[in-house]
Amino acid sequence: MLGELNLNLEEEAAMVLFGIGFTMLLLHRNLIKKILGMNIMDTAIYLFLAAKGYIAGRQVPILTGGVTDPAAYINPIPSGLVLTGIVVSVSTTALMLALTIRLYERYHSLDLDRILISMKQEEEEQL
Amino acid sequence: MSFVQNFPFFSIILAMFSGIVSSVLKGKKARVLSICAIGVTMVLSAAVLAHCVVTGESYVYWMGHFPAPWGNEIRAGVLEGLTALLFSAIMLLSVIGGVKYTQTDVEPGKQNLFYILIDLMLSSLLALVYTNDLFTAYVFVEINTIAGCGLIMITQTGRSLTAAIRYMVMSSLGSGLFLIGLSLLYDVTGQLLMSPAQEAVGKIVESGQYEIPLLVIVAVGSVGLAIKSGLFPFHYWIPDTYGYATPTASAILSGLVSKGYIFLLIKFYYRVLSPESVVRSHIGNVLFLFGVAGMMLGSLRAIMQTDTRKMIAYSSVAQIGYIYMGIGLGTPEGMIAAVFHIFSHGATKALLFLSARGLYRVSGDRTDFLALRGSGYRNRLAGVGFLVGSLSMVGFPMLSGFISKLLFATSAMASPGKMLTTLIALAVSTVLNAVYFLRLLTGLYRPARSGAYAAGAGPDGAAGGRGNAPGFRIAVLCLIAFNLILGLFSQPIVRAITEGLAMFS
Repeated sequence: MLGELNLNLEEEAAMVLFGIGFTMLLLHRNLIKKILGMNIMDTAIYLFLAAKGYIAGRQVPILTGGVTDPAAYINPIPSGLVLTGIVVSVSTTALMLALTIRLYERYHSLDLDRILISMKQEEEEQL
Repeated sequence: MSFVQNFPFFSIILAMFSGIVSSVLKGKKARVLSICAIGVTMVLSAAVLAHCVVTGESYVYWMGHFPAPWGNEIRAGVLEGLTALLFSAIMLLSVIGGVKYTQTDVEPGKQNLFYILIDLMLSSLLALVYTNDLFTAYVFVEINTIAGCGLIMITQTGRSLTAAIRYMVMSSLGSGLFLIGLSLLYDVTGQLLMSPAQEAVGKIVESGQYEIPLLVIVAVGSVGLAIKSGLFPFHYWIPDTYGYATPTASAILSGLVSKGYIFLLIKFYYRVLSPESVVRSHIGNVLFLFGVAGMMLGSLRAIMQTDTRKMIAYSSVAQIGYIYMGIGLGTPEGMIAAVFHIFSHGATKALLFLSARGLYRVSGDRTDFLALRGSGYRNRLAGVGFLVGSLSMVGFPMLSGFISKLLFATSAMASPGKMLTTLIALAVSTVLNAVYFLRLLTGLYRPARSGAYAAGAGPDGAAGGRGNAPGFRIAVLCLIAFNLILGLFSQPIVRAITEGLAMFS
């Protein structure tokens, strides 16, 4: 079992990175680090997809030199998925960063716990 | 191919374009456009439903005329049509009912942004309902998340901003898991379209290969979507999110958005994996367990609240638990009950959030139980709306909640291993529901203390129900009627759900 570890290095790296990103996004209190974690998590999935689409010894799927045999090219679909995924993750990152700026302007902190505490204090003062 | 078959595509694109056009419109025009778009979508969905009922079969619609392994597909059947119809109806009523409150809660210059988000939300929900492609589903899940986040934070209070960031964090975790699940699925099957993927999964299961990857796919996909729909123990973002948004947003987020993900999960089970392989993976037992736990703990937390907004939001946690319990039963009957509860809860929660806001309005915008005393007399229509909604949640006969509970109980009879747990859970949770809803209801119809608000006159000078905006009145009345219809004439709807689920596989 362990002897097969070096067969799928990219996939293993992707899964480890996914775990790291997931944990950071879930557990870290700093909002910027949460966003970093989200990006690591998404990138890990793209690495996984790209690794799965790659077939050793084949070319980029762009028609050159009139070779129309599909056996000459790698699988283009995962690359397409990665591109779409990047677009999606860029927009979520932008939204999260914008939200972080809003929260920082209001509570002068990036620590989510501290933000929640000052939010509750602010509400109590209003009452 | 008949012309009606284009309608699912038309409704998605219509909602999306009205969102784009709204970005250059003023608030009021954007609102009219949005309401029209939702109305037209409702009609189109009704036509799709009628078409599927008449022909008695589902159909697949090729986007751009590319056949199966390459192109993107939309699929419509009875269940998709029914879901799209009811979702757009609930959305329309939530938007109409909340128009006045949206005007006061959202900054004047940002009115049109609110309606852009509503349009995007509608189009993504419809796409989740109709799509036959997993990656498209992922993209629309993200659009849904972004629109939902916008709807939460648009009121710009401290609460809503923190709620929005927590919502985004949990949703990103969920979408990440869902994405890795579908990447793995693509990896073992080579397909992203649901029907070919199902064939491939069938072959893989038969050959006995890839058992562990398939198990991981089921687990990761289910957990991802469960996080996004707020199943216990991933519910901690729900109270602030649902409680502190403007009523339209609360109604849509709690009634529809979480249900969109559950619908996608059901599709994932029926259309990609087969119900048998899902049962074999025992993921149903996990969902069942957490569903039951959510029913109990959500209700218990709701009892502890003294703020009406949080109480209603925690009740959503319990109701999501019901739905997952139905899915977790692992029988077709359980699934039918779960789908029925999706509709029933959507209609009831929209009613509760809208009418609760009507009650706060006549209580000086305060939301604690004490301030709401006697508000049932100060705003009669909202009081009646809240009464009907609460009774439906508790499971009063003639209302939709009763039918849900009946369906859950009868479906439990068919699965011996889980029968006792389900029945006990239903009984206990009904009692708990009754405790917190009836406590509030008795308060609503008790005279206010020390004449804080003289009978009939709210602090803003509005007298009785006369201060209600016409849209609010229409929406509350329609939602009450909707609840009664679901409760009294449930047979055709249950039959349609049964037929639709049969078409799924």
